[in-house]
Formats: sequence, C-alpha cells, structure tokens
Amino acid sequence: MSDLVAGWRDRVRAATASATPLRIVGGGSMDFYGQRLAGEILEVSGHAGIVDYDPTELVITARCGTRLAEVEQAMAQSNQMLAFEPPHFGPKATLGGSIAAGLSGPRRPYAGAVRDLVLGVRLLDGRGDELAFGGRVMKNVAGFDVSRLIAGSLGTLGIILDVSLKCLPMPRAETTLTFELPADEGLRRLNAWNATPLPLSASCWHQGRLHVRLSGAESAVAAAARRLGGEVLEQAKAYWVAVRDQTHDFFAPFRAQNGAEAAVPPAALWRLSVRVTAPHTAFGGATMIEWGGALRWVVAQEEDDAQQARAWAAAQGGHATLFRAADKSVGVFQPLPPALLALHQRLKAALDPAGIFNPGRMYAEL
Amino acid sequence: MLDPALLSALADLLPPSAIIATAEGTRPYECDGLPLFREQPLAVLLPEDEAQVVGILRLCHAARLPVVARGAGTGLSGGATPYRKGIVLSLAKFKRILSIDPLSCTAVVQPGVRNLAISEAAAVHRLYYAPDPSSQIACTIGGNVAENSGGVHCLKYGLTVHNVRRVRAVLIDGDVVEFGGEGLDAAGYDLLALINGSEGLLAVITEVTVKLTPNPQQATCVLASFSDAEKAGDAVAAIIGAGIIPAGLEMMDQLTIAAVEPFVHAGYPLDAAAILLCESDGTPDEVTDEVALMRSLLETSGATTIQVSQSEVQRLKFWSGRKAAFPAAGRISPDYYCIDGTIPRRSLAPVLKRIEALSREFGLRCMNVFHAGDGNLHPLILFDANVPDEIARTEAFGARILELCIEVGGTITGEHGVGLEKIDQMCTQFAAAELERFHAIKRAFDAEGLLNPGKAVPLLHRCAEMGRMHVHGGELPYPDLPRF
Ligand SMILES: Cc1cc2nc3c(=O)[nH]c(=O)nc-3n(C[C@H](O)[C@H](O)[C@H](O)COP(=O)(O)OP(=O)(O)OC[C@H]3O[C@@H](n4cnc5c(N)ncnc54)[C@H](O)[C@@H]3O)c2cc1C
Repeated sequence: MSDLVAGWRDRVRAATASATPLRIVGGGSMDFYGQRLAGEILEVSGHAGIVDYDPTELVITARCGTRLAEVEQAMAQSNQMLAFEPPHFGPKATLGGSIAAGLSGPRRPYAGAVRDLVLGVRLLDGRGDELAFGGRVMKNVAGFDVSRLIAGSLGTLGIILDVSLKCLPMPRAETTLTFELPADEGLRRLNAWNATPLPLSASCWHQGRLHVRLSGAESAVAAAARRLGGEVLEQAKAYWVAVRDQTHDFFAPFRAQNGAEAAVPPAALWRLSVRVTAPHTAFGGATMIEWGGALRWVVAQEEDDAQQARAWAAAQGGHATLFRAADKSVGVFQPLPPALLALHQRLKAALDPAGIFNPGRMYAEL
Repeated sequence: MLDPALLSALADLLPPSAIIATAEGTRPYECDGLPLFREQPLAVLLPEDEAQVVGILRLCHAARLPVVARGAGTGLSGGATPYRKGIVLSLAKFKRILSIDPLSCTAVVQPGVRNLAISEAAAVHRLYYAPDPSSQIACTIGGNVAENSGGVHCLKYGLTVHNVRRVRAVLIDGDVVEFGGEGLDAAGYDLLALINGSEGLLAVITEVTVKLTPNPQQATCVLASFSDAEKAGDAVAAIIGAGIIPAGLEMMDQLTIAAVEPFVHAGYPLDAAAILLCESDGTPDEVTDEVALMRSLLETSGATTIQVSQSEVQRLKFWSGRKAAFPAAGRISPDYYCIDGTIPRRSLAPVLKRIEALSREFGLRCMNVFHAGDGNLHPLILFDANVPDEIARTEAFGARILELCIEVGGTITGEHGVGLEKIDQMCTQFAAAELERFHAIKRAFDAEGLLNPGKAVPLLHRCAEMGRMHVHGGELPYPDLPRF
C-alpha cells in the first residue's frame, strides 16, 4: 500500500468512526453529474499511472487518478482502445471517475458498456480495507461480480484504487455515412439495420441528419457502405468526439456548466435510456438520438417536461436521468421501486457501513 | 422430513404433482453434473408460475427453510446440489419463450428455457443467442445467468452477463424485483451484473430478457496442428496480438485428439501434439481476409498443417470433435473430472507443462481441451471411482491445478462457478476481508442465508481450519478465529 493510499485508509477509518461524509474527487470533470455533492473533499487524482499493460493479453491495469487521455494514448500505441468510448468531460477526466460514473460513448451498443469491459477493481471500502475483486483475466466467476457493480456506482460504495479493463483492437477501417432523414425514418432504419449483421459502431440522429459509423475489416466496412448508401462524412473523427464529449452544438446551451462561464443554464438536459424501438419523443425541445435508438437526449424547458420524461422512459422500458440542470429538485435519477431501493441501501451498508462515501450523489437515501 | 404444517401450506399453493417428498422421488435431484457431491433434500417443488415461487419463498422464509434453485442440473461445481435440511426449487416448468422481438433483437424467456431453444426459436428471424456452453442442448437460461456461463463464441460475443438485458427475480422474502431493463442500462447500481454469476445465492430468477445477435453471413474454421503444445500456445498469443478476435479459438492436446478422432472422424491429425480450431465469421470478404491473416500467423508460429473449412459441412465436422470431447473422455475412462481455471494467455505453455508433470505425479491421465482464446482451461482428469483412493487423488490433482491458476495470476473458475467444489480454493484466491464482503452482499439480499447455503463463498472459520487463509503482507487475518 503506497503512503498516499495508507493516508486515505486512515482518513476513511476516521471518517467512518465519526460518520463524516467524504466527497471523492478525481478530475472534477463530472461535478455537474448526480444529485448533490456533499462531504469533505478527498482528492484521488494523485494515485495515478498505468500499472500493467500487455497488449497480447488484451488487459490494461491503471490507477484511478490516471488521466483518461493517458490511458487511451498508451493503448493507441498498440492499436488498442477502450471500446466503451468513454466521454471526456474535460482534459482532467480520470479513469477512476470514468468507471465510477459508468457512462459510455457512441460505441456502447456495439462494443459494450464500461461494466462490460471491467475485469477487476481494487477498492478501499468504508472500513478502510483494501479489497480486490475480479482479476486480470478474461473470464472469472469466482465470488460475486463486485467489480462490475462498482462501475456506475458514483463513488458511493468505496474508493476505486485501480481497475483492470479489457482492451479491444482498434478497427482496421472506419467510415461514417450521413443521411437526410426525419427522426421517425431514422429510427426505422436504425432498427432494421440493428437486426442485420452490419459492422455498425455508432449512430446519431439530430436535426434531420442521421450519422452512422461503420468499423471493422476494410472489406466489411466497404461492403456495408455500398449497401447502406448515404454520403461519406469528412472529419468523422471530430464529429464523434464532439457527440461523445458533448461539445457538439446540440449541447451548446449547457456548455457554461463545464466551467467556462458561470451562467445559469437556460434549460435541462434529459438522458432517456429506452428500448431501441421506442417512437420519437413528443415532448421537450431539441432531441438527439444515439445508440441505435436506445439513447435519447432531450432539451427541456418546462416543469412538466420532467414528469413526461420519467413517465415516457418508464413506458418505453427504460429510465430518465436529469443529466444537466441547475435545479435538480425533481430528482436526477429515476426513482427506484421500494424493494429495489431497500436492496440498494443494504448493499451500500455492506461496503460503506457509516454511509460516508458521496452521500446523496445518486439518491438522497444512499 | 418436511414439517407437516409447512407441507399442508405448500399443498394449498401447489398441485400434488408439483410436490415431491419421497426418497425415491427426490433421488434424481440428489446431484448436478458433478456427482462427487450428493445429498437428499427434504422435498423437491416444481412451481409453474411466479406467484407460486413467491408463495414458496414466503413460506420457506417464515420457516427458515433453505432453498436451492435448480435449472437443468448440468452445473459442474455442485451449485445445484441439494441442502440436506432444505428444499429444491426446480424451475423445470418455466419453459416458455414469452416473446421474440426481431427489431430490438431481444427475447423474453422463462428461466427453464434451454439455451439452444432460444436460438432455435430465433432462427426464423436470422438471429441467435450467442453464448453457447457445450451443454446448450440441456442447460437452462436461468442456470446460465446464475453461473454467468460461457462457451466457444464468448471470445467474440461475450459471456452471459454481456448478453442479458433484464432479469426478473424473487427475493427470499417474496419481493419481486427487476434488474436491468429494455434499454442498455438501468437506474441505480448495476444489480444485473451482480445477479449474473450469483449461483442461486441472491434471488430466484423467474424471467430473463436476452440479447439476440444477427446470424453472420459466413463462418469458416481453420484447423491447425502443432508438433508441440508450446507452439500452439504461442500461436494463440500471436493471433490475439495481431488484433484479431476470432469467433472461437479452442485448443486440444494429443490425448484429447486420440480420444475423439476414432469416435467422430473429424479429420484431426493423430500425430499432432496439439491442434487449434480458429473460427472467423462475418461478411464473405471479411472472412476471406481474416482467414488469410490467421493462416499466415499460424504458419509463422510453426503450425505443421493447416486446413481451412471449404463448406459448412466441413466446418461443422471440424467442430464435431471439440463438441464430442466430454463424451469421448467418458469412452476412454470410467469417470472424468472437469477443471475450470482461467490464466493469462502468456502462461498457457508453462501451465500445460506443469499440468503434465502433475499428471505423472498423481498417476492420472489428463486431457486438455479448452477455450484458449480467453485462457480458460478445462483439464479433464480421467479416473475410476471404483479404484480405492482414485477419487481422492483426482480431487487433490484438481485442487493443485486451481492453485497453479491462482499462482500465475489467474482464477479458480472461468465459467463453471464455485459451488461446493471450489469452496476451499476461494480461501486461497481471496483474502478474509474480501470473503467477508461477499457475505455482507449475500446478507443484503438474504439476511438469514436461506438461498443455496454453504455454496460459493466459504465461511471464514472454514478457511482458517483448512489452514488456507490467504495472508496479505504477512498479517494474519482474523487472528481471533480458532485455528486447528
Ligand atoms: C457436458 C457439459 C458441458 C458443459 N459445458 C459448459 C460450457 O461450455 N460452458 C459453461 O459455462 N458451462 C458448461 N457446463 C456447465 C453447465 O452446463 C452450466 O453451468 C449451466 O449454466 C448450468 O445450467 P443448469 O440449468 O443446468 O443449472 P443448474 O445446474 O441446475 O444450476 C446451476 C446453478 O444455478 C442456480 N440456478 C439455476 N436456476 C436458477 C434460477 N432460476 N434462479 C436462481 N438460481 C438458479 C442453481 O442454484 C445452481 O447454483 C457444462 C456442463 C456439462 C454437463
């Protein structure tokens, strides 16, 4: 255990003894996300660096404070990538923060989410114990799968010390096609393509334009591009990075929240995760569709949009998240049914008995 | 015997045919696919809908009666072995495929549906369910989720956990919960990930939504033979290192080839020390390109012969030997014991050598047939249960292999689960604090420990008694626990 981690251990133990909330901060790039920020700041970005990377094993292990960009750069040198295409909400984004937030980018439906690529974690839990779950091999069913549970838990279960992830080879070829289409037609095509063996790797509809990325072997990409038609998009890489990092114009009303200016955002951004066959949303303002239809971003202005977002997402087999907003009083995450919430509380207590880690960041009750 | 009051409450809930409480009636349930462990339960219950499962669990919860959920009983780690003072809850009647949606590429199925039945039903839409355990004609999707099962195709298409969208389950107190959803994620903690591989310890699964995958346009299998196993191991690393994720990458050693070839005539070279089966799937052009690349990598790695399947018939023939490996083991030996560890690929060759040495040390033959692409070993130890001490030697041999897997940075189980079988090795793989957290998670779901007790996670004093406690940094964990 490094001196730094030993220091955290002592602090965590003291915090648990005195029930003092701690707010775990990596790069701070995701402070806008979640219900509320509370507790004494515990800086974790100092615990950084790649611990082990063997490209032929398809596994990378790095400490929580490692910048996401650094991890991706190291992997790119061996022609590999983080296949969940994590968003970078700023240059300081860390690997640990990315795992804790559990957000995945455009490639998610085709290559898997954060949790699908997590192989193992080392964790400092509420008792200050250093715990290792999962491992550095592709298949591992020994013990409950705590490492995948940690992905997306928003730091409420413990401090992620380091994480092992499955790496995937970068596609040999990639091309992006665009189509002029209304949303309904875009969704119809995405659904049809989804059910055929095409090398899709991203999709995004916005303002009458559908963008579809194809990745894989040269021949497969070429054959699919011939089949789908459309126009080839130049500067495709920059386009997908903008969608991924929310620097695309669609997200412009919210840019202030990334730290630049301190203006009050004019609206709320909803993230609706639903079945791919859900119809086009009929509420709120501007909409962006990603993930073959499984992800809808909706800019909402009105109070009642919140009720609609929740009800609509639930009716479409999914859930709604108030992703960016100044006023979060309607609740950020879809409320859980009572039995499930009780289970969450008991699970939280199993790893964080005094409830010190990021209390209220996910739900007020956690 | 089942308490008469409980029996009558169960009789109000279930038809008489759904309650088996006689010794001869429960005998078929005394073990799963690992007959080294056998136990008679007090009763076997066969509910047919979720309301009955809820009713049964409420009664068992109130009576503090242990419950072991059971699918097809093909598990290989004793996960479904009954508990002597408990009941077996069989999901065998939950056999309906509730819906298949070809647009969202999903199927909603009951837990007792067989793995292969899903692909068969989806075939009209040119879709299939990708995880394909060798037991797929028999094993159930509920069992697959509980074990997070894998198969040949999992290298490219993921394990069960990657192919399940939603699980509906009943908690021990009768509460019905859903994990995951119809979208690609869900609010709150990722309990869907946690339920996969939970070995029946957290909840009883009553419905599963699986992801379906479009059939590839083409699949081609390359069969390569090697004069020594080390070279075959290096070839595996070379293929993965070159950025290829084959649709399947399996290895078989000489003893396995010798056992299966006379049986299935797959065309395997009998003089090879090891063969690799390497599959490519995708569009016809893509497959042509990938096969050419695989071929050149295999040649550079020293393959002595390379055959490429020229037709679907030939492809299936190449695979027939792999699929027949278990029955072939049964033909050349009265009994066999399948081990399931995962290791980093770089350790394949040295670990195979060590297993060979252990085989001589224990005087037992061992066939190696396994998922080489993801480093998941399946040594099959051949033994004869009628020879005194062979069972004991086999178990000791198996335990040594698992410890070897941990030593090289791997794990004691890649896909078969811990069950009863590997409970002692859990003490080696995990430190006391980690095992304690597993128990805490278990208690969060099942405070009284009624679901599948005694499986998957060892009690700490058991580890201490075994003298196997994993020691971190020289500190003896739980020094206050008695040691014998
Ligand atoms: C010849 C052979 C080949 C095999 N090949 C493979 C392989 O390639 N890959 C692989 O991964 N496995 C393989 N297996 C192991 C086995 O088939 C899998 O573990 C399978 O998933 C078990 O399914 P089952 O329905 O038989 O479950 P069971 O054996 O009945 O139960 C397994 C576990 O799941 C729990 N369980 C079952 N149903 C439920 C439910 N509805 N709710 C909660 N818990 C439940 C049980 O309590 C038990 O702990 C093989 C087995 C055999 C015999």
